[in-house]
Amino acid sequence: MGSAAKAVDVWKSYGTGEAAVTALAGVSVEFDRGRFTAIMGPSGSGKSTLMHCLAGLDTIDSGDVWIGGTKVNGLRDKGLTELRRSRVGFIFQQFNLLPTLTAEENITLPSAIGGRKVDRAWFDAVIDAVGLRDRLTHRPTQLSGGQQQRVACARALVARPEVVFADEPTGNLDSRSGAEVLGFLQRSARDFDQTVVMVTHDPNAASYADRVIFLADGQIVRELHHPTAAAVLDTMKVLDGDDRLVVA
Amino acid sequence: MLTATLKSVLARKLRLVLSGLAVVLGVMFVSGSFVLTDTLDRSFKDLFATAYSEVDVEVAVKSKVGQDDPEAARAGTLTAADVAAVESVDGVRTAVGDVVGSARPIGENGKVLTTSGAPRLGIAWRDEGQEEIRDGRGPQRDDEVVISAYLAETGGFQVGEQLSVLTLEPKRTFTVTGIFGYPGDRDSLGGELTTAFTEATAQQLLLGTPGAYSGITVRADEGVSQTVLRDRVQGELGDAYQVKTGEQLAAESADEIGEGLAFFNYVLLGFAGIALFVGVFIILNTFSIIVAQRTRELALLRAMGASRRQMITSVVVEAVVIGLIASVVGLGAGIGVGALLATLFSTFGGGSLHLAGIAVPPSAIISSFAVGLVVTVVAALLPAVRASRIPPVAALREASTPDRPLTRLTVAGGVLTLAGGGLLGFGFADGTLWLIMSGLLVSFVGVALLTPLISRPVVSLIGRLLSWSVPGTLGRRNSARNPRRTAITAAALMVGISLITGVSVVLTSATTSMTKVADTQIKADLIISGESSANGQVGGTFAADRMDRITGTPGVESAFGWYNDGVLVNGERRFATAVTDVPAMERIFGLSAAGGTITDLEDGEIGVDAVSATALNLRQGSTATVQTTKGEQRTYTVAFVLAESRVVDDMLFLPESAVDGFALPQISSAFIKADQGADVADVRKRLEPLFADNPEVSVQDLSSYVRQQAAQLDTVLMMIQVLLALAILIAVLGVVNTLALSVVERTRELGLLRAIGMRRAQVMRMITVESVVISVFGALLGIVVGTALGVAAVRALEDMGITDIGIPWAQLGGYLLISAGIGVVAAILPAIRAARLNVLQAIAHDSA
Repeated sequence: MGSAAKAVDVWKSYGTGEAAVTALAGVSVEFDRGRFTAIMGPSGSGKSTLMHCLAGLDTIDSGDVWIGGTKVNGLRDKGLTELRRSRVGFIFQQFNLLPTLTAEENITLPSAIGGRKVDRAWFDAVIDAVGLRDRLTHRPTQLSGGQQQRVACARALVARPEVVFADEPTGNLDSRSGAEVLGFLQRSARDFDQTVVMVTHDPNAASYADRVIFLADGQIVRELHHPTAAAVLDTMKVLDGDDRLVVA
Repeated sequence: MLTATLKSVLARKLRLVLSGLAVVLGVMFVSGSFVLTDTLDRSFKDLFATAYSEVDVEVAVKSKVGQDDPEAARAGTLTAADVAAVESVDGVRTAVGDVVGSARPIGENGKVLTTSGAPRLGIAWRDEGQEEIRDGRGPQRDDEVVISAYLAETGGFQVGEQLSVLTLEPKRTFTVTGIFGYPGDRDSLGGELTTAFTEATAQQLLLGTPGAYSGITVRADEGVSQTVLRDRVQGELGDAYQVKTGEQLAAESADEIGEGLAFFNYVLLGFAGIALFVGVFIILNTFSIIVAQRTRELALLRAMGASRRQMITSVVVEAVVIGLIASVVGLGAGIGVGALLATLFSTFGGGSLHLAGIAVPPSAIISSFAVGLVVTVVAALLPAVRASRIPPVAALREASTPDRPLTRLTVAGGVLTLAGGGLLGFGFADGTLWLIMSGLLVSFVGVALLTPLISRPVVSLIGRLLSWSVPGTLGRRNSARNPRRTAITAAALMVGISLITGVSVVLTSATTSMTKVADTQIKADLIISGESSANGQVGGTFAADRMDRITGTPGVESAFGWYNDGVLVNGERRFATAVTDVPAMERIFGLSAAGGTITDLEDGEIGVDAVSATALNLRQGSTATVQTTKGEQRTYTVAFVLAESRVVDDMLFLPESAVDGFALPQISSAFIKADQGADVADVRKRLEPLFADNPEVSVQDLSSYVRQQAAQLDTVLMMIQVLLALAILIAVLGVVNTLALSVVERTRELGLLRAIGMRRAQVMRMITVESVVISVFGALLGIVVGTALGVAAVRALEDMGITDIGIPWAQLGGYLLISAGIGVVAAILPAIRAARLNVLQAIAHDSA
């Protein structure tokens, strides 16, 4: 079983000259198929940048990024679009849905854009998993924040992407709605063998993952497997104690 | 607060440019019109000052019917004795008899040379006149002429070549012995084509009378003023003659042109007004969108203690800044456009009209700033009030204000549309222009207010045609998600399209009516007429003797010709016609009598049709005094009154004997009915040789005659389309504007779409569909409103002979297609902008 996504010695900096900020400083990491990984770290640690680079949303300065067997760096816009369309799914912190489309249309949008048919059985399985069966004809404005985010989850999964990237998916939700979304992401890894990579700064959210990667100053500094919220919190405190970090 | 406003204007340059551009174009139109007409006005003043520079006093015969024909003073002529009488007046240095008339040179292609309005003159050559020989010599024999440098250039003639000219007589050929110019190195005074003959030839060809003069040019002795000399000459000749000073003539001619130019200016300003009216829609829409997008920012200001008044002031100040900048730029552009058009006019239009320097009249500056500021501020008022109503708490809310219900808007729209329709109805009924104009404006605003309601079903319908793909569906939904925005954008396009449509409907109806009358009522197979009617210039008539040869041609069953001239009937100016064979006219036009019998008129008898009988209050047997151009006033008795007819409309018939008093006793048109079973084409071929020496006259069958008449309407339509193009261009800017602002507003949505795999091309297609939907919606509205306007106008014009409604389906379809194309073009820049968005930044974009 190979990795669903990996980064090999990835460097990335913003700005030039004295204003240059190094966001990623030689990050190498692999994400195994069917596992739910959380990336943690304080603000400015480079966790979002890492995810954006993995997903082909941002370019890198050096190193390699792979999604499955495809090298992402080096792809031009068309290739990147194709990658995003069929191999990668996204869940954002907020504004995940198109207001003009119903929940169902939002979920099938990536397939529709790519002109592919939706696998109805899979669609039904996903819908039941997120518990949105009776909300499919609703518009986003008629849904609660948690429901909207679950629609976004379903959309990310329904195209059976190689990796689902979630950027602070619970950042705007109350704890109960957040728990529903995280539970779904956890189940999709376990039950549907879906690779999920999530960026978060919430220890509790991270505890749903199979593995937690800690980033600081653009480098991976610690890793936890099968974490509990307490273990994550402890690790963060230790890293904080290092005096190298300021927790946001 | 002011600083904050100004910084906000500068921070959003795109907004500044887009909303300002509509004003710039409108102001450009206004100032351009003023600069153009001012420049031409001064140029013509110069022209006439030059033309009359060597005239102290001029004598002419007074017109008996109160109108002078500038091309040929045929009201009457003077004799050598008159010239001698003037010469004997104390203070006269020289008195020279002038011979001026119409002379149309024939070009190398056998066709008569045309100008765009300037006359084609024939004169008697005077060695001592202001004309200066440049090449060759003056005419010495009766078959020699000299021509103006402008004529030589236009027709490509050189000294020694042959030149054929049409005058009162058919084609005559001369040898060009010289080419002359005017003082100041001018090729012509104002684009006229001049041929100079020997005096005897000129008198025969131009005035039709040997030894006659059309006027006398008098130069004064040193120290004798023009006015003094004028009074002395007038005293010598008596009141039958018109005596004017050179200064007076120059001023009168300039005034006449000036009036024409002023009218031209009003027409241009009218179209500028339409363009600015459309601009109001665009600015209103832009400011509304911007206020909506800045809701949170504005609410924050309110939360921090800004008053409502301050909010309004902030938006209005922004409008003033944009209005001022746009006025300055528009004025500058207008000066450029005005100068360019004036140059084009002098080069192509008016021939070699010497342009006076381009200057900017104060009217251009004042109107530019007034119009630019007023339009911008008025358009910004509504959004400003809306901005002031934003509650401070909106700063804390998640954006997206719910769509307010459209009820109030719809009711207001309905009321305004009805009110506008009422105004239009009254306006059309008595032809009051300002009622029609304000009716149009009010109904446009009313329909614009109704459009949000209409837009939902119609837009979704149009959208369905275009939404076969996912981007298409998204584009369609986007265009339906903000009905007000879509509606105003579409309404701006509606204004231009509906005016064009209205005009097309009226003109098509006129053509349809004309064709119908020709098909059903006129039994003429062939029509002989001059091309003169096409450009309003003299020419294209033929001598009465041709009539006998026409009727004598094998295959001709019956035929009649007519002479036309202006006359005074009971002191009122009317158009009179003398018919060579009244019974033939009765048959060919299918006329019937409402009183008396239709026969050839005897001396002292007139006939009237139903319309002129009513207008002049005449019945069979009643009498009227008629003054012809050259004849004596006399009393006529009404011999017949025609029943109402669609062919004959407002006509007054004089006996053929009266044509001696006509300015030009020649036949202007002849109508011919062929023998039963005769081949019309053959008859036409037999008739054509009769006019071989007169290329201005053509023999046509009825349908091509009707087509030729209708073609003149096409020219009118084309000009109106060109003038309305600016209003449509501004509306297109509005579409670009709306799309560009929507793209900014939906940055995150676009980022999301790109993130989940939408290709750049698909993003562009999405924006394009939205644009096409808006444009086609606007065009549909315009076509519907315009057709309604056109039909209403046609109904109102029923009295003027437009009785059948014709809908130009092909043209309307064309407008729809064009508007779809406009949609595609308008989408280009916003679509590129949308496609180029950086996915990451777009998602992180703060939408508020």
